[in-house]
Amino acid sequence: MYRYDEFDAAFVRERVEQFRHQVERRLSGELNEDQFKPLRLMNGLYLQLHAYMLRIAVPYGTLAARQLRMLAHIARKYDKGYGHFTTRQNLQFNWPKLKDVPDILAELATVEMHAIQTSGNCIRNVTADHFAGAAADEVEDPRPVAEIIRQWSSLHPEFSFLPRKFKIAVSGAAADRAALRFHDLAVEIVKNGAGETGYRIYVGGGMGRTPYINYVVGDFVAKPDLLSFLEAVMRVYNEEGRRDNIFKARIKILAHTLGQEEMCKRIAREFAEIKASGTLQLPAEEIARIQAYFAPPAFEDLSDEMPRGDADFEAWKKTNLHPHRAPGYAIATISLKPIGGVPGDCSADQLNALADLMDCFGLGEIRVSHEQNLVLPHVRQKDLPAIHARLKELSLATANAGLVTDIIACPGLDYCDLANARSIPVAQAIATRLAPRQNEIGELKIKISGCINACGHHHAGHIGILGVDKKGVEFYQLQLGGSAAQDAAIGEIMGPGLGAHEIVDAVERVVETYLSLRRNGERFLDTYRRVGAEPFKNMIYREQLHAAH
Amino acid sequence: MPLIRNGVLAENIFADAADGQPLPDGPVIVSLKRFLAERDTLLARNAPLGVRLKSEESPEALGEDVARLKLIVLEFLKFRDGRAFSWARMLRTRLNYRGEIRAAGDVLTDQLAFMHRVGIDAFQLPDKITLEMFRRALDEMSNVYQPSADGRKTIRELHLYQSLPR
Amino acid sequence: MADAQMLTANRLADGDVVYWRGGSWVESFAEGETFATPASADAALAAAQEFVARNLVVNPYLFEVRDRRPVKERELIRAAGPTVRADLGKQAEGLAAAPADAARDFASVPHPPAREKEDDVSI
Repeated sequence: MYRYDEFDAAFVRERVEQFRHQVERRLSGELNEDQFKPLRLMNGLYLQLHAYMLRIAVPYGTLAARQLRMLAHIARKYDKGYGHFTTRQNLQFNWPKLKDVPDILAELATVEMHAIQTSGNCIRNVTADHFAGAAADEVEDPRPVAEIIRQWSSLHPEFSFLPRKFKIAVSGAAADRAALRFHDLAVEIVKNGAGETGYRIYVGGGMGRTPYINYVVGDFVAKPDLLSFLEAVMRVYNEEGRRDNIFKARIKILAHTLGQEEMCKRIAREFAEIKASGTLQLPAEEIARIQAYFAPPAFEDLSDEMPRGDADFEAWKKTNLHPHRAPGYAIATISLKPIGGVPGDCSADQLNALADLMDCFGLGEIRVSHEQNLVLPHVRQKDLPAIHARLKELSLATANAGLVTDIIACPGLDYCDLANARSIPVAQAIATRLAPRQNEIGELKIKISGCINACGHHHAGHIGILGVDKKGVEFYQLQLGGSAAQDAAIGEIMGPGLGAHEIVDAVERVVETYLSLRRNGERFLDTYRRVGAEPFKNMIYREQLHAAH
Repeated sequence: MPLIRNGVLAENIFADAADGQPLPDGPVIVSLKRFLAERDTLLARNAPLGVRLKSEESPEALGEDVARLKLIVLEFLKFRDGRAFSWARMLRTRLNYRGEIRAAGDVLTDQLAFMHRVGIDAFQLPDKITLEMFRRALDEMSNVYQPSADGRKTIRELHLYQSLPR
Repeated sequence: MADAQMLTANRLADGDVVYWRGGSWVESFAEGETFATPASADAALAAAQEFVARNLVVNPYLFEVRDRRPVKERELIRAAGPTVRADLGKQAEGLAAAPADAARDFASVPHPPAREKEDDVSI
């Protein structure tokens, strides 16, 4: 993984001191809240329902053991002993004090971590396929590209006061595990007819109040041109993105208002000039230099020999492993969705234990997925039983990756100042209800958001649930048929919101409808696409009690 | 309102002329609207001319006349509106503008370094921002990742320079 | 009976939720002052601005209560702590007193042992 040189390290240290000074100026009143808010947001600090919340960047979801240990230390020293992994591969602490945040950031800097630009109207954490460098279907590891973009976007002088936030994702495989199509900008590493590797660039995706799937603006951008092209996109957005209406300010609105042809034209004009100036061209040596940081570990010469074990291990193998490109290896998903637990949460003790486990088995990296789980990318198959046993002791061995109980949920009204409804208890109730049938049901991705900001990515859920507020009471809207993979789709709203006491039953009825209609073991998503919304709508509202509001 | 130019306190020799008001003698700043309407008269005057651009006004509207302007004022009506950062970049690159680019309005100390990097070389700041604060703001980050109008070496370049055989 | 109001804010330095009481702030909802009339509520909100100006609290606002209990779900949760972690927040520090049973409407879930408004899109 990337290691800071002295300049990177100085950058992060100075940023901490800059923020420390900003906090002092806020506490002294030199800055008022209106002036301070964008500054603290650019260091990932929110003010939430109960307390401040600090969002720590995990660039392209990659962490080393020593970083896990530091996160555990911060959780204990400054917070309440746990953290929450998010749908953008970051980690959130829910209880830091403003006056402690500079110290927290200073400690993070010692392990090459920070909270730079995890919020604010700027370029956010660059996410990538959590199976990067390991998956069998990979064209090229997306993380060097993500690291190059991360550096270029850090405290970019021109693009720190954008109309709105800007999210970038990178993938290097045929299967899209990074939810590319829902990002403001996405980079897909592809090969052209001549066998050369380059980048397909998409622009204009997003969740939120008006979800959009992005479209191609650069079919094959040559490697040296990457940053020149991205700078062109950002300039068009910064100049022309709407600033009159916060709900129309994302690039998705600009992209779909201008249309693909006009958007491409404007980007092309900027790109031509920037490329001609030469200042952002990427020499092959630079790309190679960054790539060298992401060289995979030296794989041993092994053959595929999946060990067998007890019923728990066998069940876990079936759901939580993914094929690795090196024989004798596997990619293991650590589910952070224990049945009835809080999705995505991880205690300080668990973080420490995972760090120890990594050291014990010689695992240099762990990944955070945008589905709020953790991933060990390079595990020897013969180590799997021992690792599973250890995970079991840590309550991290839930065998449900991708199943109906592997629910993505934002923090919701239990934590978040922006939320309209709670999401975690909905996830807990659904998981508890459907756990006994999860294997029978198969792949079914439920995503829950507590408000229209869609941090739970509900638009991309096979079943998506959006919490809404009707006169101070929690209601839940159901969407079916969304997908965040390469077959990207926005879920269709089924009808009026359902009450808190109805939503779990409604989801169960959706599942039962699927099971009754499914053919040849097809997934829920495939059944839905084949039969359409009607059968599901009818079942959802069959017994509905509409409260008269 | 102190004016800082090229890192030191400077005198503001330009007068602002509102739309419809008679032009004073000497260096004057007019709105884009006025410039486009009275272009010939303004350019014929024997005194330096400046144009004030609102956040939504692109310098491209000035066309080739941009080279004849001594001063362009970029208004920051709300500090959150970051369009002017791109206008400054555009002035220095596409439009090859060599005159003074001045930021005025609702400017946060914490934006000054960014402004300086995109090619803004003069600052009309709220009274509470002192020269000392200005200089401190510019010095807070010694290293940068992106090439920009200020020509500073990027971290990548510094790293390369370091690793060259001596 | 018409709804009464209470006044809340977050402390700047540590982010803690606080409630207005007699010209100052307390950490416990139960000790917060109730305003029976809009006039008294508005007066308190105006007085609270001084604490904003002195950089002690941020974003004070009024909310409705009925029978000493918040009307909105959000304020119930804010007064007590996350409903999914009974071991965290004011409810665990003996500072709540609004019942933390807001989870009542969901199908019964074994809770882990002890742990209307405008869209603000600043997230």
